[in-house]
Amino acid sequence: MEKKNPDVEIGTATFTRRLLLLAVAMFGFGYLLVPLYSVFCELTGFGGKPNETAATVVENIDENRLVKVEFVTTVNEYAPWEFSAAVADMEVHPGKLYKATFRARNLSHETKVAQAVPSIVPVQAAKYFRKTECFCFTQQAFSPDEARDLEVQFIVDSNLPSYVDTVTLSYTFFDTARLAQNN
Amino acid sequence: MSSTTHSAEHHDDHGPAKGIKRWLFTTNHKDIGTLYLIFSLTMFFIGGSMALVIRSELMMPGLQFVHPEFFNQMTTMHALIMVFGAVMPAFVGLANWMIPMMIGGPDMALPRMNNWSFWILPIAFGILLSTLFMNGGAPAGGWTMYPPLVLQTGNAFPFLVFSVHLMGISSIMGAINIIVTIMNMRAPGMSLLKMPMFVWTWLITAYLLIAVMPVLAGAVTMLLTDQFFGTSFFLAAGGGDPVMFQHIFWFFGHPEVYIMILPAFGVVSEIIPTFARKPLFGHDSMVYAASSIAFLSFIVWAHHMFTVGMPLTGQLFFMFSTMLIAVPTGVKVFNWMATMWKGSMSFETPMLFSLAFLFLFTIGGFSGLMLAIAPADVQYHDTYFVVAHFHYVLVPGSVFGIMAAAYYWLPKWTGVMYDEKLGKIHFWASAIFVNLTFFPMHFLGLAGMPRRIPDYSTQFADFNMMASIGAIGFGLSQLLFVYIIIKAARGNGVKATAEVWDNPRGLEWTVPSPAPYHTFENPPTIKE
Repeated sequence: MEKKNPDVEIGTATFTRRLLLLAVAMFGFGYLLVPLYSVFCELTGFGGKPNETAATVVENIDENRLVKVEFVTTVNEYAPWEFSAAVADMEVHPGKLYKATFRARNLSHETKVAQAVPSIVPVQAAKYFRKTECFCFTQQAFSPDEARDLEVQFIVDSNLPSYVDTVTLSYTFFDTARLAQNN
Repeated sequence: MSSTTHSAEHHDDHGPAKGIKRWLFTTNHKDIGTLYLIFSLTMFFIGGSMALVIRSELMMPGLQFVHPEFFNQMTTMHALIMVFGAVMPAFVGLANWMIPMMIGGPDMALPRMNNWSFWILPIAFGILLSTLFMNGGAPAGGWTMYPPLVLQTGNAFPFLVFSVHLMGISSIMGAINIIVTIMNMRAPGMSLLKMPMFVWTWLITAYLLIAVMPVLAGAVTMLLTDQFFGTSFFLAAGGGDPVMFQHIFWFFGHPEVYIMILPAFGVVSEIIPTFARKPLFGHDSMVYAASSIAFLSFIVWAHHMFTVGMPLTGQLFFMFSTMLIAVPTGVKVFNWMATMWKGSMSFETPMLFSLAFLFLFTIGGFSGLMLAIAPADVQYHDTYFVVAHFHYVLVPGSVFGIMAAAYYWLPKWTGVMYDEKLGKIHFWASAIFVNLTFFPMHFLGLAGMPRRIPDYSTQFADFNMMASIGAIGFGLSQLLFVYIIIKAARGNGVKATAEVWDNPRGLEWTVPSPAPYHTFENPPTIKE
């Protein structure tokens, strides 16, 4: 190319390399979206993700306020469990520690490992719903046909916005066989 | 000619090599442009046949011709083929053919890479189409590949991912080539703001491609490792979140829809001034409008997912940012109208397609605004209203833009005028049938008919029958398009002059018709 445009500032080879680098960087950016997404959800409580490890809380009971906590249970497709809450809902005082019980039964005749995944609705309530103990923090192994009670201890923070009068806690039971296989 | 110096490596003009090798090993931008356009037309017919399978099944309530599983494969494959195989390669083909000629450059900046970026495509689509014959069939979970559904794809799954990777690599290489060509191969005096709009819109599109195709590649790679290598990006059981896929996918997906429309904006910005016999109104504002659209496309993605359970602040942000796009788009539409204002207009086929584009794309834009309203979208989401919307912007939008370009530049490519009478018949048939196909879908969607279903409740029967008749008519009309192209390609028609049209603007009209194998080996002088 003997007759170059005088406007050309970057040579073709350098320019091409820079654009390739940009493409590679954007591939990385796609992966960077994953931690960004989690951080964003944690900071804002968007997506209804409650804490995934035990929280330390101080009781600060608000006797004047009652919040209804509802329990919803779902079993993921192909997961061989019977899974339900002992009570459908309970009335709680914000700032007081409560315990709720769930019942699970392995319907298969082999050892199965379950992982419960929690979710809170309304999503604004997620960061005020603190769990000090939960069966969802770890994977749960079930021997063949085993049935057992699973417990969660929680406290509804007294800073829960006043417009929230009902909080729904949902658990979905997953069979971790596929994950375990890969590990 | 500004310069006549001969360098040491100057060699005499030579024609193309003979036979299949010409096409396999070619590095000539015109040959590669032709390959892209033929490939795109082939994919348009394959994807179109799939659309006809869909419309035949939906002609009447009940299951007539295909199994629901195969129906879902058809909707998924139709979309993948039309988006990545028909519309995108057609615009890359036009870019290859026209950009070097429009900026006064001798060829693309990276001719060997150009060869590769084309020849990867037939491999990618060979792989994708081969999944139709695999155990478990072709992908059937929708072109958006949402997990966990997409992970239930049979043996086709890794092939789907791999073919998307290849399409991405092809697009990125094509985009890099186009940017470097535009920035480095312009004739002296062709400053950035003097560039024709088609070149401008492609420059912006190419940057969008480099920014988002790798993100799609990342997203499908995550799907692949979730399925086979024990990661849990999107598996809730392992701490992942399937909704995150939607965020990553649409971060790619929304810029992608502008990748498919911006070059069409460029095409009609070339055609309308020619047939209105006036310069393009507001050239620089067109450039800024296209750049604003490109920028905004990165901050609106979640309007595709208003129903996933988003907080109010998120809904408001994505709703308003989406509506903001109507402003630069409106600037473009009004500029095209102002270009025609008091113009001395004539209505040859490319102009007819451009006018239909202007009118019908705007209808698609308006239904897009309706969908942008978060509370209303809850009702419209996943209904035929959405199908109507994106087909209005893609078929009488992008596809009409491509057809307008084909008619506009066909005499330059082949050296003969296409058959104007047949071209007009093709236009009117396409314009009538496209509306018959897609307009009733608005009503179906508002009445609540969901997308991606092979059977429906009887109250939707009449509009579906209309849409199916329209689709068959539209499909058959396109055979005429092929006939017109073949006729012109065989040199069967009135000899075209170098200018082809009445005093058109642009360097491509200063070279003879058909354009010689090599053009602008010596850069042209740019007039003020």
